[in-house]
Amino acid sequence: MTAGSAATKPQQTTYREAMREAMREALRADERVFLMGEDVGRYGGCFGVSLGLLEEFGPERIRDTPLSESAFVGAGIGAAVAGMRPIVEIMTVNFSLLALDQILNNAATLLHMSGGQLAVPLVIRMTTGAGRQVAAQHSHSLEGWYAHIPGIRVLAPATVADARTVLAAALADPDPVLIFEHGSLYNLSGDPDPGADPVDLGRAAIRRPGTDATIVTFGGCLPKALEAAEELARLDVSAEVIDLRSLRPLDDAAIMSSVARTHHAVVVDEAWRTGSLAAEISARITEQVFYELDAPVERVCSAEVPIPYARQLEEAALPQTADIVAAVQKAVS
Amino acid sequence: MKADRTPTARGTSRSRQARTAHRRPSVATKQKAAAADAETGHRRELLRQMLLIRRFEDRCVELYSAAKIRGFVHLYIGEEAVAVGVNQALTDQDAVVATYREHGHALARGVSAGSIMAEMYGRSTGCSGGRGGSMHLFDASRRFYGGNAIVGGGIPLACGLALADRMRGDGRVTCCFFGDGAFAEGEFHEVANLAVLWRLPLLLVCENNRYAMGTALSREHAQTDLALRAASYGMPAWPVDGMDVLAVEAAARRAAEAVRAGGGPYFLEALTYRYRAHSMYDPDRYRDKDEIERWKSRDPVDALAAVLRAGGEPEGGVDEIAKAVDAEIDDAVQSAEQAPYEPVENLLRYVTSATEPS
Repeated sequence: MTAGSAATKPQQTTYREAMREAMREALRADERVFLMGEDVGRYGGCFGVSLGLLEEFGPERIRDTPLSESAFVGAGIGAAVAGMRPIVEIMTVNFSLLALDQILNNAATLLHMSGGQLAVPLVIRMTTGAGRQVAAQHSHSLEGWYAHIPGIRVLAPATVADARTVLAAALADPDPVLIFEHGSLYNLSGDPDPGADPVDLGRAAIRRPGTDATIVTFGGCLPKALEAAEELARLDVSAEVIDLRSLRPLDDAAIMSSVARTHHAVVVDEAWRTGSLAAEISARITEQVFYELDAPVERVCSAEVPIPYARQLEEAALPQTADIVAAVQKAVS
Repeated sequence: MKADRTPTARGTSRSRQARTAHRRPSVATKQKAAAADAETGHRRELLRQMLLIRRFEDRCVELYSAAKIRGFVHLYIGEEAVAVGVNQALTDQDAVVATYREHGHALARGVSAGSIMAEMYGRSTGCSGGRGGSMHLFDASRRFYGGNAIVGGGIPLACGLALADRMRGDGRVTCCFFGDGAFAEGEFHEVANLAVLWRLPLLLVCENNRYAMGTALSREHAQTDLALRAASYGMPAWPVDGMDVLAVEAAARRAAEAVRAGGGPYFLEALTYRYRAHSMYDPDRYRDKDEIERWKSRDPVDALAAVLRAGGEPEGGVDEIAKAVDAEIDDAVQSAEQAPYEPVENLLRYVTSATEPS
């Protein structure tokens, strides 16, 4: 993009820059907001999301931490309880397991366990997902695990506009919010206009309207689902694509009203099928709109295998566009 | 409070004698007498707090046996000098994070016996609305942040409270209590490092009662000198006799002063002992009865009572304190018995702030 075209065209930016701009805005607007995590300062963030923030806001507010996930996530919880508005970046969901005790046993429980005395207005951001040939330990999709837990919100922005607006909504929430950023989305380009479609916490978005089948998905699978819908259109199948955006709570109303119109449902989730969010959504559809269905709910999930390194193996393990197309065709056949 | 005045009367008469002999030194003598008076008063208060904890927990045992209290209950009996001594060094603005063995810390912090007892009864007037029980006592108004029942899990929380204070520069101290068991957890070591790195106003008080549940110190730690290991992180770290409330108070005052002055975290290892089993479920098969008796011979309550008597406390003075404490506990039990249950319709309250009653 040249400087001259900026004034006339809608501004294009990346998911990464949108998230960074959202943090910059939050840090400018509220002095209680600060960012901490591994390599968020000098390095500029493992995925470059916080690049330049240290220079603007200084080391008190952009805090590089030791590799001590439990300590710095717990520190975020304590600081939030004490009235600050911390944004904690966990480099990836894989390392969040080292902080699981703090997230589950403190962040999610303190409000309830204290009889309403201690709210935890904490935002935790982390990268998630597979697809970059980094093998089993760096390719987890554990959003569903976190969405299992009462007391926290789980968000998965999948568009540039959502990346731009999700943080403000999360920081305004008085309770802990986990934001999952799929690693494949950082270079996604789009319109970041924060006024266009601000994230309403807990509301799903219809990313493509359709009449024959409903594809329910989120995060890194959204681009694949949209691609599948495009291909299905060429095959004369009109697929509606729902981007959940919020994984806890789930927007049941949006899912059910779509399925009630299309009578076919396909759930796409990069996590393993067993005990997944896809399983939860499928169960809710059968509980709530069973008699609207013309066919069983289909699920497209990862193969039940530690995600392998080799490209062809990894691709075979993850949900692909062709798999989604096939699942929709099976549902509507 | 008649007993309270006895030392004053003696002091006054000594001052009178001094005045008749020399006029000028009388002011100094008077001050000395006033100081001695204040010291005695303070020691009586320490004794009262320790007795409150001990007798409150004795009552817990009875109520547990009578099935009035359920769940896990961990008793602090024998360790009272630590919570009471350390709390003397803290102000109302400071924060406290404790463990699941925290009745003593809550009482020392000024959380009312009534609200703690009601919590253990599971009543809605409990200090956590009946949702926490014995292991999860909270009182935000006293800056008492629990009540954490994952060993070591409260330490990062305390680190964050201290971080907020450090960033705002408000001169407050966060005091975190944990045990020798928690010293083996990674969370302690992560926080020790981080707190020194960021110079956080954190007072780390390790209550070394020599057992991680049933595992003796020498079977859980390769190096059993915990203060020595804590010092390796670059913070002042000292052991203190946790059976001597006056020693604990003195050490805690030095520590809190250093933390408040901006020196970063400070580690105190209070060498102490729990007389009772780990919890009400524990058959206590792993230690000698002789060992327990040896520690009881250094009982912190008896020791302070002896100090007071040596300073002129009349016979019956200690009994009088105990009587007042018992009355407070009677009231607590009575009010808990009569307190309402939280209606089951309120089950989902406080899961998120949106489910909080407005």
